Amino acid sequence: MSESLLLALLIGVAFGAALEQAGLGDARKLAGQFYLTDFTVLKVMLSAIVTAMLGAFWLGRLGLVDFSQVHVPETFLWPQLAGGLVFGLGFALAGLCPGTACIAAASGRLDGLAAALGIFLGMLAAGLAFPALEDFYGSGARGVLTLPDATALPTGVVVLLVVLAALGAFHLIARREQKR
Amino acid sequence: MTSSRDYANPYWCGFALGLVLLSTYALAGRGLGASGAFASAASGLVAAAAPGVAGSNGYFAGYLGERWLVFEMLGLLLGGLASAWLSGRFRLSIRRGPAVGARTRLAAAVAGGSMMGVGAMLARGCTSGQALTGGALLSAGSWLFVSAVFLAGFAAAQLAGRLWR
Repeated sequence: MSESLLLALLIGVAFGAALEQAGLGDARKLAGQFYLTDFTVLKVMLSAIVTAMLGAFWLGRLGLVDFSQVHVPETFLWPQLAGGLVFGLGFALAGLCPGTACIAAASGRLDGLAAALGIFLGMLAAGLAFPALEDFYGSGARGVLTLPDATALPTGVVVLLVVLAALGAFHLIARREQKR
Repeated sequence: MTSSRDYANPYWCGFALGLVLLSTYALAGRGLGASGAFASAASGLVAAAAPGVAGSNGYFAGYLGERWLVFEMLGLLLGGLASAWLSGRFRLSIRRGPAVGARTRLAAAVAGGSMMGVGAMLARGCTSGQALTGGALLSAGSWLFVSAVFLAGFAAAQLAGRLWR
């Protein structure tokens, strides 16, 4: 096994352990997010995004780590909008997303295995239909488009706004949890 | 019934996950992924069954020989299994709402899963590759994706209340 694949394996172990410890292998917890009865999904996602975003921003700005070679996902407006809507529908039905379905399956939960099977079948079908979907798949292409590019705001301002939005969300969640 | 207290603090778990993501950027030059491993598996199956189809299909061709995501997924399964086992949570079971039977739950999971497979294919990633990885890198498309996911998720959940409540 090459060094990079060993790294991939180790990263996966840490990724999986973090999700499992948070309870994100439990479909009822994830589904609870959509009924505003369990906020684990938002808490974990926002904390992770803010941590990685602040780390990349400051380590890069201070010149400690070079993140310029990191692949930023390119923007394709229409397939990402449509894909997100279809994905969200499936997420609510399954109560799990692809990573968490695998955590559920690894914890012995058969619903996780069933969701993973579905993801595989959906991916297979969509891939086989690629020749028909190809035009739509490439539509609304904007290349690497970041929020600072799109809003013409400095990166530092966007980073600050994301942090404030996350803190605001945490505050609202805490207030709601206190009332219950 | 598992109480949420059995799990670790979600903010600390999120912080740890953020550090994992940040290390992945720094050490591997990429982010985390989950649906990509499924795309890789699907393309491997097609390549085994009909090599010509996989090679000429622009989507599958891109995933042929993609091994990084597969190893990361193997790690994710191992990490999830070890974490569940060590915390005394590994158990053969089916998590479902109080009003649905096991068969309905499994059918909904397969149906929901297949929609996520289609959605992740169109969007070029899922909650890992787009929402977390692209979100923290401030990709506009990733934020568009995650907004659409939660919008549709909230709407669908209100219609599918019987599944979970």
